[in-house]
Amino acid sequence: MISMTEKYLAKSAAIASRMLGDETIIMSTIDSTLFTLNPVGTVIWEAADGSTPLSRIVTEKVCVAFDVTDEQAAADAAEFVEKLAQHGILLVSDQPIRTEDKP
Amino acid sequence: MNPSTSTCHEVVIEIGGIPIAIETADDGFASLLQNRYADYIGTGRTPEFVFSIDLVTPEMFDPEADAEVWMQDGEWHMERGDFRARWNPEKHRGHIRQTANPYAIDSVLRIVHTLQLAHRGGFLLHASSAVRNGKAFLFSGLSEAGKTTIARLAPPDVALLTDEASYVRNAGDCYMACGTPFAGELGVPGKNISAPIGAVYLLAKAARNRIDPVEPADAVRRLLRNILFFAHDDEMVRLVFDSACAFVATVPVFQLSFFPDQRVWDLIG
Repeated sequence: MISMTEKYLAKSAAIASRMLGDETIIMSTIDSTLFTLNPVGTVIWEAADGSTPLSRIVTEKVCVAFDVTDEQAAADAAEFVEKLAQHGILLVSDQPIRTEDKP
Repeated sequence: MNPSTSTCHEVVIEIGGIPIAIETADDGFASLLQNRYADYIGTGRTPEFVFSIDLVTPEMFDPEADAEVWMQDGEWHMERGDFRARWNPEKHRGHIRQTANPYAIDSVLRIVHTLQLAHRGGFLLHASSAVRNGKAFLFSGLSEAGKTTIARLAPPDVALLTDEASYVRNAGDCYMACGTPFAGELGVPGKNISAPIGAVYLLAKAARNRIDPVEPADAVRRLLRNILFFAHDDEMVRLVFDSACAFVATVPVFQLSFFPDQRVWDLIG
């Protein structure tokens, strides 16, 4: 059963991205805006496969790789996801996102 | 009716190894092209693309119009306040309507080269560039960053490729910088030579000379700001982005803080 509060993330199709070192640089193909993700953001971005809920990404990826509490990581991740979603480069849904659904 | 003949001049301009033929029936304009691009007139290779030019009066255009470039039905369309052009890369042909000024054809050539380079892993960069000891060095920045200043300060053993728009070509195992006729404030075309790129320096004026490394992500971000890019097209954005990332993975990028005198060249090459 899917929790009502779960969030699922998928990368927009309207971007180009590349990992450089432990950072990720993303370019919107719509307006050429550039975003740079730090190592924590990069971990979330890489795990944004449309089917892994954000809560699992936080506990299984972020908290394992970085020295941060679950609560702090969850709050930071929610803020980060909202910011990227506002720019249209990350898709967020309360249900799993199929790859072919991506715009 | 009197018999008449019409002459069509073909001027082949080869920049970065891409020969482009310009056809014009106007004697004066053909001479203008021959003089302006003298060091870049073709070496006899078959042109990759042929553009015919119609010269028109300025009233044909809105002089205030900014450059716009878009793809429609397999053709690139390019417009500005002094030209309108169409180009079908698959058919290798294009047509330009422009006023009889050199800046219009200069702009069309820059746009065509940026579009072609994008498919070949290269780009035009707002940068002066020069060859020293067999290596090319690029000095990048927006207006007033010091591109022309660095070029002016170059010692005699340095060959200038451009003080305005550097031509970066992907040669497979390295990146080459090629001379261009695209001049900035210096008003002098670059030497028509090429060399493997040794480094890119992002310019900043300062009280003393200093070189600092730039992290790859920061380097990509700062390079992308300076890459000449005209077409707002999904595929082109991806290609240019990929080219910039691949370039930074191969070529070292530094910040060059410099005081504008000749000592800055002690650090280069």
